[in-house]
Amino acid sequence: MLQLFQNLGHATLASFSKLGRASFFLLHALSGLPKLLLRPRLLINQLYSVGVLSFLIITISGLFVGMVISFQGFHILSDFGAEETLGVMVAASLVRELGPVMTALLFAGRAGSALTAEIGLMKATEQLSGMEMMAVDPIQRIIAPRYLAGIIAMPILAILFSCIGVLGGHLVGVSLLGVDDGAFWAQMQSKLDFRDDILNGVIKSIVFGCTVTWIALFEGYDTIPTSEGVSRATTRTVVNSAFTILGLDFILTTLMFGDN
Amino acid sequence: MQHSSTQDTLVGLFVASGIVGLFFLAMQISNLSSFVEADGYTVKARFQNAGGLKIKSPVSVAGVKIGQVSAIQLDDDHRALVKIKINNQYNKLPSDTSASIFTAGLLGEQYINLDPGGMDEYLKENSEIDITQSAIILEQALGQFLFKKSAEKK
Repeated sequence: MLQLFQNLGHATLASFSKLGRASFFLLHALSGLPKLLLRPRLLINQLYSVGVLSFLIITISGLFVGMVISFQGFHILSDFGAEETLGVMVAASLVRELGPVMTALLFAGRAGSALTAEIGLMKATEQLSGMEMMAVDPIQRIIAPRYLAGIIAMPILAILFSCIGVLGGHLVGVSLLGVDDGAFWAQMQSKLDFRDDILNGVIKSIVFGCTVTWIALFEGYDTIPTSEGVSRATTRTVVNSAFTILGLDFILTTLMFGDN
Repeated sequence: MQHSSTQDTLVGLFVASGIVGLFFLAMQISNLSSFVEADGYTVKARFQNAGGLKIKSPVSVAGVKIGQVSAIQLDDDHRALVKIKINNQYNKLPSDTSASIFTAGLLGEQYINLDPGGMDEYLKENSEIDITQSAIILEQALGQFLFKKSAEKK
Protein backbone atom coordinates (compact mmCIF):
# COMPACT_ATOMS: atom_id res chain seq x y z
CA MET A 1 0.00 0.00 0.00
CA LEU A 2 2.75 2.39 0.98
CA GLN A 3 4.56 1.39 -2.19
CA LEU A 4 1.55 2.53 -4.24
CA PHE A 5 1.56 6.02 -2.76
CA GLN A 6 5.30 6.19 -3.15
CA ASN A 7 5.01 5.37 -6.85
CA LEU A 8 2.19 7.90 -7.31
CA GLY A 9 4.19 10.61 -5.57
CA HIS A 10 7.26 9.79 -7.61
CA ALA A 11 5.32 9.94 -10.87
CA THR A 12 3.71 13.28 -9.93
CA LEU A 13 7.01 14.86 -8.95
CA ALA A 14 8.68 13.52 -12.08
CA SER A 15 6.03 14.98 -14.36
CA PHE A 16 6.19 18.36 -12.60
CA SER A 17 9.95 18.48 -12.85
CA LYS A 18 9.70 17.63 -16.55
CA LEU A 19 7.20 20.43 -17.06
CA GLY A 20 9.55 22.79 -15.23
CA ARG A 21 12.51 21.76 -17.36
CA ALA A 22 10.41 22.15 -20.50
CA SER A 23 9.39 25.69 -19.46
CA PHE A 24 12.98 26.78 -18.81
CA PHE A 25 13.97 25.16 -22.09
CA LEU A 26 11.28 27.16 -23.92
CA LEU A 27 12.31 30.46 -22.28
CA HIS A 28 15.94 29.79 -23.15
CA ALA A 29 15.06 29.01 -26.78
CA LEU A 30 12.89 32.15 -27.05
CA SER A 31 15.76 34.25 -25.70
CA GLY A 32 17.83 33.03 -28.64
CA LEU A 33 15.35 34.33 -31.23
CA PRO A 34 16.62 37.95 -31.45
CA LYS A 35 20.17 36.75 -32.17
CA LEU A 36 18.76 34.47 -34.83
CA LEU A 37 17.67 37.46 -36.91
CA LEU A 38 21.35 38.30 -37.44
CA ARG A 39 21.97 34.87 -38.97
CA PRO A 40 19.01 34.13 -41.26
CA ARG A 41 20.92 31.33 -43.01
CA LEU A 42 20.34 29.04 -40.00
CA LEU A 43 16.62 29.72 -40.23
CA ILE A 44 16.47 29.11 -43.99
CA ASN A 45 18.20 25.74 -43.61
CA GLN A 46 15.60 24.70 -41.04
CA LEU A 47 12.65 26.10 -43.00
CA TYR A 48 13.82 23.91 -45.85
CA SER A 49 13.99 20.69 -43.84
CA VAL A 50 10.85 21.36 -41.76
CA GLY A 51 8.64 23.13 -44.29
CA VAL A 52 9.64 22.43 -47.87
CA LEU A 53 10.21 18.73 -47.28
CA SER A 54 6.76 18.41 -45.63
CA PHE A 55 5.10 20.13 -48.59
CA LEU A 56 4.37 17.00 -50.60
CA ILE A 57 2.75 14.90 -47.86
CA ILE A 58 0.61 17.86 -46.75
CA THR A 59 -0.68 18.71 -50.22
CA ILE A 60 -1.42 15.11 -51.18
CA SER A 61 -3.22 14.47 -47.88
CA GLY A 62 -5.17 17.70 -48.34
CA LEU A 63 -6.26 16.68 -51.82
CA PHE A 64 -7.58 13.33 -50.65
CA VAL A 65 -9.24 14.67 -47.50
CA GLY A 66 -11.07 17.30 -49.55
CA MET A 67 -12.18 14.70 -52.08
CA VAL A 68 -13.49 12.35 -49.39
CA ILE A 69 -15.45 15.08 -47.54
CA SER A 70 -16.96 16.17 -50.83
CA PHE A 71 -17.98 12.62 -51.71
CA GLN A 72 -19.51 11.80 -48.31
CA GLY A 73 -21.09 15.23 -47.94
CA PHE A 74 -22.77 14.98 -51.31
CA HIS A 75 -24.58 11.77 -50.39
CA ILE A 76 -25.89 13.17 -47.10
CA LEU A 77 -26.80 16.61 -48.50
CA SER A 78 -28.57 15.15 -51.54
CA ASP A 79 -31.07 13.50 -49.15
CA PHE A 80 -32.26 17.02 -48.29
CA GLY A 81 -31.91 18.37 -51.81
CA ALA A 82 -29.18 20.71 -50.57
CA GLU A 83 -26.29 19.66 -52.83
CA GLU A 84 -25.56 23.33 -53.53
CA THR A 85 -24.28 23.80 -49.96
CA LEU A 86 -21.56 21.20 -50.56
CA GLY A 87 -19.00 23.98 -51.06
CA VAL A 88 -19.82 25.48 -47.64
CA MET A 89 -19.50 22.10 -45.97
CA VAL A 90 -16.15 21.27 -47.57
CA ALA A 91 -14.63 24.70 -47.05
CA ALA A 92 -15.89 25.24 -43.49
CA SER A 93 -14.75 21.85 -42.23
CA LEU A 94 -11.35 22.23 -43.89
CA VAL A 95 -10.62 25.82 -42.90
CA ARG A 96 -11.91 25.59 -39.34
CA GLU A 97 -10.92 22.12 -38.21
CA LEU A 98 -9.36 19.62 -40.56
CA GLY A 99 -6.78 21.95 -42.11
CA PRO A 100 -5.05 22.97 -38.86
CA VAL A 101 -5.53 19.63 -37.06
CA MET A 102 -4.57 17.23 -39.84
CA THR A 103 -1.60 19.39 -40.77
CA ALA A 104 -0.41 19.42 -37.17
CA LEU A 105 -0.77 15.63 -36.86
CA LEU A 106 1.08 15.02 -40.12
CA PHE A 107 3.67 17.62 -39.17
CA ALA A 108 4.28 15.85 -35.85
CA GLY A 109 4.83 12.58 -37.69
CA ARG A 110 6.88 13.97 -40.57
CA ALA A 111 8.92 16.83 -39.09
CA GLY A 112 8.48 16.48 -35.31
CA SER A 113 9.86 12.96 -35.13
CA ALA A 114 12.81 13.95 -37.33
CA LEU A 115 13.60 16.91 -35.05
CA THR A 116 13.52 14.71 -31.93
CA ALA A 117 15.74 12.05 -33.50
CA GLU A 118 18.20 14.67 -34.77
CA ILE A 119 18.54 16.51 -31.45
CA GLY A 120 18.54 13.25 -29.50
CA LEU A 121 21.33 11.82 -31.60
CA MET A 122 23.30 15.06 -31.26
CA LYS A 123 23.00 14.62 -27.52
CA ALA A 124 23.89 10.91 -27.63
CA THR A 125 27.01 11.60 -29.69
CA GLU A 126 27.87 14.48 -27.35
CA GLN A 127 27.79 17.12 -30.05
CA LEU A 128 25.75 19.38 -27.76
CA SER A 129 28.33 19.05 -24.96
CA GLY A 130 31.04 19.71 -27.53
CA MET A 131 29.39 22.99 -28.49
CA GLU A 132 29.17 24.01 -24.85
CA MET A 133 32.90 23.32 -24.54
CA MET A 134 33.46 25.75 -27.41
CA ALA A 135 31.33 28.36 -25.59
CA VAL A 136 28.53 28.10 -28.17
CA ASP A 137 25.11 27.93 -26.58
CA PRO A 138 23.50 24.84 -28.17
CA ILE A 139 19.98 25.98 -27.32
CA GLN A 140 20.43 29.30 -29.10
CA ARG A 141 22.41 27.86 -31.99
CA ILE A 142 20.56 24.55 -32.60
CA ILE A 143 17.14 24.79 -30.95
CA ALA A 144 16.06 28.40 -31.61
CA PRO A 145 16.22 28.27 -35.44
CA ARG A 146 14.31 24.97 -35.48
CA TYR A 147 11.66 26.38 -33.16
CA LEU A 148 11.10 29.49 -35.26
CA ALA A 149 11.05 27.42 -38.46
CA GLY A 150 8.33 25.19 -37.00
CA ILE A 151 6.19 28.20 -36.02
CA ILE A 152 6.53 29.75 -39.50
CA ALA A 153 6.06 26.54 -41.48
CA MET A 154 2.91 25.25 -39.72
CA PRO A 155 0.44 28.01 -40.73
CA ILE A 156 1.77 28.00 -44.31
CA LEU A 157 1.29 24.24 -44.53
CA ALA A 158 -2.20 24.47 -42.99
CA ILE A 159 -3.24 27.16 -45.49
CA LEU A 160 -1.95 25.02 -48.36
CA PHE A 161 -3.77 21.98 -46.95
CA SER A 162 -7.07 23.89 -46.90
CA CYS A 163 -6.57 25.34 -50.40
CA ILE A 164 -5.73 22.01 -51.99
CA GLY A 165 -8.54 20.37 -50.01
CA VAL A 166 -11.12 22.82 -51.37
CA LEU A 167 -9.82 22.26 -54.90
CA GLY A 168 -10.05 18.49 -54.35
CA GLY A 169 -13.61 18.91 -53.07
CA HIS A 170 -14.40 21.01 -56.13
CA LEU A 171 -12.93 18.32 -58.38
CA VAL A 172 -15.15 15.59 -56.93
CA GLY A 173 -18.25 17.71 -56.27
CA VAL A 174 -18.42 19.69 -59.50
CA SER A 175 -16.61 17.59 -62.08
CA LEU A 176 -17.63 14.14 -60.87
CA LEU A 177 -20.95 14.46 -59.01
CA GLY A 178 -22.37 17.36 -60.99
CA VAL A 179 -22.92 20.12 -58.39
CA ASP A 180 -23.34 23.52 -60.03
CA ASP A 181 -20.00 25.31 -60.27
CA GLY A 182 -21.36 28.80 -59.52
CA ALA A 183 -23.41 27.66 -56.53
CA PHE A 184 -20.40 25.79 -55.11
CA TRP A 185 -18.30 28.98 -54.90
CA ALA A 186 -21.09 31.50 -54.29
CA GLN A 187 -22.57 29.67 -51.26
CA MET A 188 -19.07 29.26 -49.88
CA GLN A 189 -18.32 32.96 -50.20
CA SER A 190 -21.61 34.02 -48.62
CA LYS A 191 -21.29 31.70 -45.61
CA LEU A 192 -17.60 31.88 -44.71
CA ASP A 193 -16.19 34.95 -43.04
CA PHE A 194 -12.56 35.98 -43.44
CA ARG A 195 -11.95 36.91 -39.83
CA ASP A 196 -14.20 34.40 -38.08
CA ASP A 197 -13.26 31.36 -40.14
CA ILE A 198 -9.99 31.80 -41.98
CA LEU A 199 -8.04 33.91 -39.49
CA ASN A 200 -9.18 31.70 -36.60
CA GLY A 201 -7.94 28.67 -38.53
CA VAL A 202 -4.58 30.33 -39.07
CA ILE A 203 -4.36 31.26 -35.36
CA LYS A 204 -5.08 27.63 -34.49
CA SER A 205 -2.28 26.39 -36.71
CA ILE A 206 0.19 28.90 -35.23
CA VAL A 207 -0.68 27.61 -31.73
CA PHE A 208 -0.23 24.02 -32.94
CA GLY A 209 3.09 24.97 -34.56
CA CYS A 210 4.42 26.39 -31.26
CA THR A 211 3.24 23.34 -29.30
CA VAL A 212 4.33 20.54 -31.62
CA THR A 213 7.76 22.01 -32.24
CA TRP A 214 8.24 22.66 -28.53
CA ILE A 215 7.34 19.06 -27.65
CA ALA A 216 9.58 17.64 -30.42
CA LEU A 217 12.61 19.75 -29.53
CA PHE A 218 12.27 19.25 -25.79
CA GLU A 219 11.87 15.47 -26.07
CA GLY A 220 15.02 15.37 -28.18
CA TYR A 221 16.95 17.62 -25.80
CA ASP A 222 15.74 15.77 -22.71
CA THR A 223 16.37 12.27 -24.08
CA ILE A 224 18.40 9.61 -22.31
CA PRO A 225 21.53 9.60 -24.51
CA THR A 226 21.36 6.01 -25.72
CA SER A 227 19.93 4.53 -28.89
CA GLU A 228 16.97 3.18 -26.94
CA GLY A 229 16.43 6.54 -25.29
CA VAL A 230 16.32 8.30 -28.67
CA SER A 231 13.81 5.81 -30.05
CA ARG A 232 11.57 6.23 -27.00
CA ALA A 233 11.80 10.00 -27.19
CA THR A 234 10.75 9.89 -30.85
CA THR A 235 7.71 7.79 -29.99
CA ARG A 236 6.80 10.11 -27.13
CA THR A 237 7.00 13.11 -29.46
CA VAL A 238 4.41 11.69 -31.85
CA VAL A 239 2.07 10.39 -29.12
CA ASN A 240 2.24 13.48 -26.90
CA SER A 241 1.88 15.81 -29.87
CA ALA A 242 -1.23 14.00 -31.06
CA PHE A 243 -2.89 14.19 -27.62
CA THR A 244 -1.94 17.83 -27.15
CA ILE A 245 -3.15 18.85 -30.61
CA LEU A 246 -6.54 17.20 -30.19
CA GLY A 247 -7.05 18.52 -26.66
CA LEU A 248 -5.95 22.05 -27.60
CA ASP A 249 -8.17 21.94 -30.66
CA PHE A 250 -11.23 21.30 -28.52
CA ILE A 251 -10.36 24.20 -26.22
CA LEU A 252 -9.62 26.57 -29.11
CA THR A 253 -12.81 25.57 -30.92
CA THR A 254 -15.01 26.27 -27.91
CA LEU A 255 -13.28 29.64 -27.44
CA MET A 256 -13.48 30.65 -31.12
CA PHE A 257 -16.75 29.17 -32.34
CA GLY A 258 -18.58 28.60 -29.05
CA ASP A 259 -20.76 31.71 -29.23
CA ASN A 260 -22.44 31.08 -32.57
CA MET B 1 22.55 19.32 -47.72
CA GLN B 2 21.80 20.85 -51.09
CA HIS B 3 23.51 23.82 -52.65
CA SER B 4 22.40 26.86 -50.70
CA SER B 5 21.00 28.92 -53.56
CA THR B 6 18.68 26.06 -54.58
CA GLN B 7 17.59 25.87 -50.96
CA ASP B 8 16.93 29.61 -50.89
CA THR B 9 14.78 29.33 -53.98
CA LEU B 10 12.76 26.43 -52.58
CA VAL B 11 12.19 28.17 -49.24
CA GLY B 12 11.19 31.33 -51.12
CA LEU B 13 8.73 29.37 -53.25
CA PHE B 14 7.35 27.71 -50.11
CA VAL B 15 6.69 31.00 -48.33
CA ALA B 16 5.29 32.58 -51.50
CA SER B 17 2.91 29.67 -52.00
CA GLY B 18 1.68 30.19 -48.43
CA ILE B 19 0.93 33.86 -49.15
CA VAL B 20 -0.79 32.99 -52.44
CA GLY B 21 -2.80 30.33 -50.58
CA LEU B 22 -3.98 32.82 -47.96
CA PHE B 23 -4.94 35.23 -50.75
CA PHE B 24 -6.89 32.44 -52.46
CA LEU B 25 -8.71 31.61 -49.22
CA ALA B 26 -9.52 35.27 -48.62
CA MET B 27 -10.78 36.05 -52.11
CA GLN B 28 -12.25 32.82 -53.39
CA ILE B 29 -13.61 31.16 -50.27
CA SER B 30 -14.53 33.88 -47.78
CA ASN B 31 -16.61 37.00 -48.21
CA LEU B 32 -13.65 39.39 -48.20
CA SER B 33 -14.06 40.16 -51.89
CA SER B 34 -17.53 41.59 -51.25
CA PHE B 35 -16.02 44.34 -49.08
CA VAL B 36 -14.16 45.69 -52.06
CA GLU B 37 -17.27 46.84 -53.92
CA ALA B 38 -18.18 49.31 -51.21
CA ASP B 39 -19.07 52.20 -53.56
CA GLY B 40 -22.79 52.83 -53.48
CA TYR B 41 -25.64 54.90 -52.14
CA THR B 42 -27.84 54.17 -49.14
CA VAL B 43 -31.63 54.25 -49.12
CA LYS B 44 -34.00 53.58 -46.22
CA ALA B 45 -37.07 51.41 -45.91
CA ARG B 46 -39.38 50.85 -42.94
CA PHE B 47 -40.96 47.46 -42.35
CA GLN B 48 -43.57 46.30 -39.82
CA ASN B 49 -41.46 43.21 -39.30
CA ALA B 50 -37.95 42.57 -40.55
CA GLY B 51 -38.22 38.84 -39.88
CA GLY B 52 -34.94 36.98 -40.25
CA LEU B 53 -33.25 39.74 -42.24
CA LYS B 54 -29.59 40.20 -41.33
CA ILE B 55 -26.87 42.70 -42.07
CA LYS B 56 -25.30 41.75 -45.44
CA SER B 57 -28.51 40.05 -46.59
CA PRO B 58 -28.77 40.44 -50.37
CA VAL B 59 -30.97 43.06 -52.07
CA SER B 60 -32.11 42.19 -55.55
CA VAL B 61 -34.20 43.41 -58.45
CA ALA B 62 -35.71 40.72 -60.66
CA GLY B 63 -33.40 38.17 -59.09
CA VAL B 64 -30.22 40.16 -59.77
CA LYS B 65 -28.23 41.18 -56.69
CA ILE B 66 -27.73 44.96 -56.70
CA GLY B 67 -26.70 45.63 -53.10
CA GLN B 68 -26.96 44.53 -49.51
CA VAL B 69 -28.50 45.45 -46.16
CA SER B 70 -26.10 47.70 -44.26
CA ALA B 71 -28.01 48.33 -41.00
CA ILE B 72 -31.21 47.29 -39.21
CA GLN B 73 -32.56 49.51 -36.42
CA LEU B 74 -35.78 50.16 -34.56
CA ASP B 75 -37.29 53.57 -35.31
CA ASP B 76 -39.46 55.74 -33.01
CA ASP B 77 -42.71 54.07 -34.16
CA HIS B 78 -41.34 50.63 -33.27
CA ARG B 79 -40.88 49.69 -36.86
CA ALA B 80 -37.78 48.16 -38.38
CA LEU B 81 -35.67 50.76 -40.17
CA VAL B 82 -33.56 48.95 -42.74
CA LYS B 83 -30.74 50.72 -44.53
CA ILE B 84 -29.92 49.34 -47.94
CA LYS B 85 -26.69 49.96 -49.77
CA ILE B 86 -27.11 49.83 -53.54
CA ASN B 87 -24.17 49.71 -55.92
CA ASN B 88 -23.58 52.92 -57.87
CA GLN B 89 -24.05 51.29 -61.26
CA TYR B 90 -27.75 50.75 -60.44
CA ASN B 91 -28.72 54.42 -60.00
CA LYS B 92 -31.81 54.41 -62.23
CA LEU B 93 -34.36 53.00 -59.75
CA PRO B 94 -37.64 54.99 -59.82
CA SER B 95 -38.56 56.72 -56.55
CA ASP B 96 -41.84 54.78 -56.22
CA THR B 97 -40.01 51.46 -56.11
CA SER B 98 -41.49 49.07 -53.55
CA ALA B 99 -39.53 46.79 -51.23
CA SER B 100 -40.60 43.41 -49.88
CA ILE B 101 -38.87 40.82 -47.74
CA PHE B 102 -38.89 37.40 -49.38
CA THR B 103 -37.47 34.03 -48.43
CA ALA B 104 -35.22 32.16 -50.83
CA GLY B 105 -36.83 28.73 -50.95
CA LEU B 106 -38.89 27.26 -48.14
CA LEU B 107 -36.14 27.35 -45.52
CA GLY B 108 -33.60 29.60 -47.19
CA GLU B 109 -32.29 32.95 -46.01
CA GLN B 110 -34.35 36.12 -46.33
CA TYR B 111 -33.60 38.87 -48.82
CA ILE B 112 -35.11 42.17 -49.94
CA ASN B 113 -36.71 42.27 -53.36
CA LEU B 114 -37.17 45.68 -54.98
CA ASP B 115 -39.97 46.12 -57.47
CA PRO B 116 -39.30 49.18 -59.69
CA GLY B 117 -42.20 51.60 -60.21
CA GLY B 118 -42.80 54.05 -63.07
CA MET B 119 -41.84 57.53 -61.79
CA ASP B 120 -39.37 59.74 -63.63
CA GLU B 121 -37.43 60.61 -60.47
CA TYR B 122 -34.82 58.21 -59.23
CA LEU B 123 -33.85 56.97 -55.77
CA LYS B 124 -30.75 58.71 -54.45
CA GLU B 125 -28.65 58.89 -51.28
CA ASN B 126 -30.86 58.89 -48.14
CA SER B 127 -34.20 58.73 -49.96
CA GLU B 128 -36.84 56.48 -48.44
CA ILE B 129 -38.81 53.65 -50.00
CA ASP B 130 -42.45 54.24 -48.98
CA ILE B 131 -44.17 51.09 -50.19
CA THR B 132 -42.96 48.11 -48.20
CA GLN B 133 -44.18 44.61 -47.49
CA SER B 134 -43.03 42.86 -44.32
CA ALA B 135 -41.54 39.45 -43.98
CA ILE B 136 -44.03 36.61 -43.96
CA ILE B 137 -43.71 34.85 -40.62
CA LEU B 138 -44.55 31.19 -41.08
CA GLU B 139 -46.21 30.86 -37.65
CA GLN B 140 -48.47 33.87 -38.26
CA ALA B 141 -49.45 32.66 -41.70
CA LEU B 142 -50.27 29.21 -40.32
CA GLY B 143 -52.24 30.75 -37.46
CA GLN B 144 -54.34 32.86 -39.84
CA PHE B 145 -54.94 29.87 -42.08
CA LEU B 146 -56.15 27.68 -39.19
CA PHE B 147 -58.32 30.51 -37.83
CA LYS B 148 -59.97 30.93 -41.22
CA LYS B 149 -60.54 27.20 -41.58
CA SER B 150 -62.25 26.93 -38.19
CA ALA B 151 -64.39 29.98 -38.98
CA GLU B 152 -65.54 28.39 -42.24
CA LYS B 153 -66.75 25.24 -40.46
CA LYS B 154 -69.24 27.09 -38.25
